[in-house]
Amino acid sequence: MSISSSGDTLHLEADVLIIGGGLAGTWAAAAARQAGASVILADKGYCGTSGVTATAGPGHWWVPPDPPELRENAIRNRQKSGFGINDPEWMARVLAKTWESLPTLHGFYDFSKDETGATRYRELRGPEYMRALRKIVDSLGVTVLDHCPALELLQRPDGSVSGARGIRRQKGGAWQVNAGAVVLATGGTSFLSRLLGSHTNTGDGYLMAAEAGAELSGMEFTNYYTVALAGTNMTRSMSYAFATYYDEDGNRLPIPPGPDIIRPLAAAMLKGKVFCDLSRTPEDIRAKVPIISPNFMLPFRRWDIDPYRDKFEVTMHGEGTVRGIGGLRIVSEDCGTSVPGLYAAGDAATRELVAGAISGGGNVNSAWAVSSGQWAGEGATRFAVRQRGRDSGRPIGQAGLRPVSQHAVDLRATLSVVQNEMLSYDKNIFRAGEKLKRSGEVLDDIWKIFRAHALGNGADVLRTRETAAMLATARWSAASALARDESRGMHQRDDRPQTDARLEHRILVGGLDKVWTSGDRSRPLELAS
Amino acid sequence: MIELILEERCAACNKCVEICPTNVLAIAPDRIPRIARQEECETCFMCELYCPHDAIYVGPDCEKPQPVDKGAILVSGLLGEFRRNHGWDEWANDPHYTNEHWQMENVFLRARDLVKAGQ
Ligand SMILES: Cc1cc2nc3c(=O)[nH]c(=O)nc-3n(C[C@H](O)[C@H](O)[C@H](O)COP(=O)(O)OP(=O)(O)OC[C@H]3O[C@@H](n4cnc5c(N)ncnc54)[C@H](O)[C@@H]3O)c2cc1C
Ligand code: SF4
Ligand code: SF4
Repeated sequence: MSISSSGDTLHLEADVLIIGGGLAGTWAAAAARQAGASVILADKGYCGTSGVTATAGPGHWWVPPDPPELRENAIRNRQKSGFGINDPEWMARVLAKTWESLPTLHGFYDFSKDETGATRYRELRGPEYMRALRKIVDSLGVTVLDHCPALELLQRPDGSVSGARGIRRQKGGAWQVNAGAVVLATGGTSFLSRLLGSHTNTGDGYLMAAEAGAELSGMEFTNYYTVALAGTNMTRSMSYAFATYYDEDGNRLPIPPGPDIIRPLAAAMLKGKVFCDLSRTPEDIRAKVPIISPNFMLPFRRWDIDPYRDKFEVTMHGEGTVRGIGGLRIVSEDCGTSVPGLYAAGDAATRELVAGAISGGGNVNSAWAVSSGQWAGEGATRFAVRQRGRDSGRPIGQAGLRPVSQHAVDLRATLSVVQNEMLSYDKNIFRAGEKLKRSGEVLDDIWKIFRAHALGNGADVLRTRETAAMLATARWSAASALARDESRGMHQRDDRPQTDARLEHRILVGGLDKVWTSGDRSRPLELAS
Repeated sequence: MIELILEERCAACNKCVEICPTNVLAIAPDRIPRIARQEECETCFMCELYCPHDAIYVGPDCEKPQPVDKGAILVSGLLGEFRRNHGWDEWANDPHYTNEHWQMENVFLRARDLVKAGQ
């Protein structure tokens, strides 16, 4: 049964449809509702536990407005570390929006006080934060559809987006929402690496948007990795600030402290197993770790490892566009994409505007999700007001939904090709033009087959679309990394070790059957509009 | 991955079925929920957090099932530890489990200072 022939479809209407109920989606839903829209929010999993926020504990980019030098300095420093492709005006907007937004969680999130008695807004614990946001959207009267992944967008004859359809994986059957405008808040994708909390983030929003004609940006910045105890997904990095790393023979590895551990660790892991202990952690911090990050110690406790004493094997999980930074291109202050009626927020959108060419983890990403979510929710509301009718558009999903001719396609094998090209240290961390070219060719070949023949049936339809989305995302990433014929920020090309001043701009990418890239030279215009 | 739902403790409220992000669990009529799709489990521990009766055990292995002995788990003290450390539900006002997450930034600064001090 393909979804288009399904008889039992739940039909709903709203001014604004939000797809994805993580950090950005819930802020978007709240903002749209407060702007007066009727709002439906659909999440693949459960809004409140799904997504990478719920299992983490985001520290936001949080700088007081006074004295003004504080923000000026923060922005100047971030411009330097972002290698010239972020934008000071967007940074200022995000700092201001985040500052005014977090205190509005009072009554829903139980903020901690520090030893001076001051309320701490900056770092919020993931499960509590997402639980609070769920309560907020419920209390505002947002209709939440849990376990309702979106599979495809609907598009009006004028090209604007008018809703989406998907499946109800617990209740059975399909859903369709006809809406005035749509916000994509489907998160980034780590290509189903074992990154904590990322299992429902398979890049669906990128694919759905591209089918409507949207462009992406910054997709070369997809090579951030995070350490975890081998065999687990516990990619919480705080405690690893005290890590000491060893090779198989117990020799200490000269890994420099700080954020630049990815390349040296990957080099060591390509040679053999790498071990670690956390013995440098001060005693008082050890005692507090379980009430700072309660999930961090779970795997150690359950495997009876004392990380402060024992050496344990570590691995690194690729983060793709999660703590990488590429995503849908933003063309307006209200986080519009290049398709009318379609808005993007959080990790579904590029974070280059604020993060620049380095990871937005640790501060920028969550501040961006909070801010872009609300801008997108408000932008979608304004669009919906102008769009009077709520007639259904045409469903436009392609790969995995409307094949040219149906033949069985091996989803597992397809995913393992994608993962091999996008996650392996050798190809993705130690990048080189030749390797990237080959990746692009391999991925193009399987795309052709997938696009022509894959059809998701019954319960398989979701995994089929997810696989299509990861495959498409991988192609955009490989093409962008090839087009960025230099090294900049996290994107390091072994064959082009220098930064090239001519490439101090963003790289746009798009296309389904044929992937294209181009330089984005319109940067200063974005906020002038 | 999720390994156990303990009949001894489970009240069949089905909260875990509702909140599992990857739809691993299924409601079983007049019974405790079923681990219907273990291979879909993303080892997020959210079901442990949301289970009011500490009836769930999630193993650390995120790649493959790793069966555990139910009797040993029941007496291990591990059940409910996560929920307690979170100060979730009835633990919310217990002074041992206040939310110290805000210290994250200080911890990173301490690590940096150690490096500066050459330790
Ligand atoms: C371990 C870890 C720690 C982090 N720490 C920090 C930090 O300290 N500071 C910081 O700034 N950033 C941090 N980040 C990054 C930050 O968490 C993300 O940038 C932020 O969560 C993005 O929010 P989001 O709403 O875009 O994505 P998510 O919170 O991941 O939400 C995406 C949602 O979309 C849903 N979805 C996906 N596909 C579909 C579909 N087809 N239909 C319907 N719904 C769908 C998913 O189920 C999910 O609920 C961290 C990330 C990780 C992994
Ligand atoms: S949440 Fe706990 S008590 Fe409720 S059904 Fe699940 S395991 Fe049983
Ligand atoms: S650990 Fe997470 S994914 Fe696994 S069963 Fe529990 S809630 Fe579901």
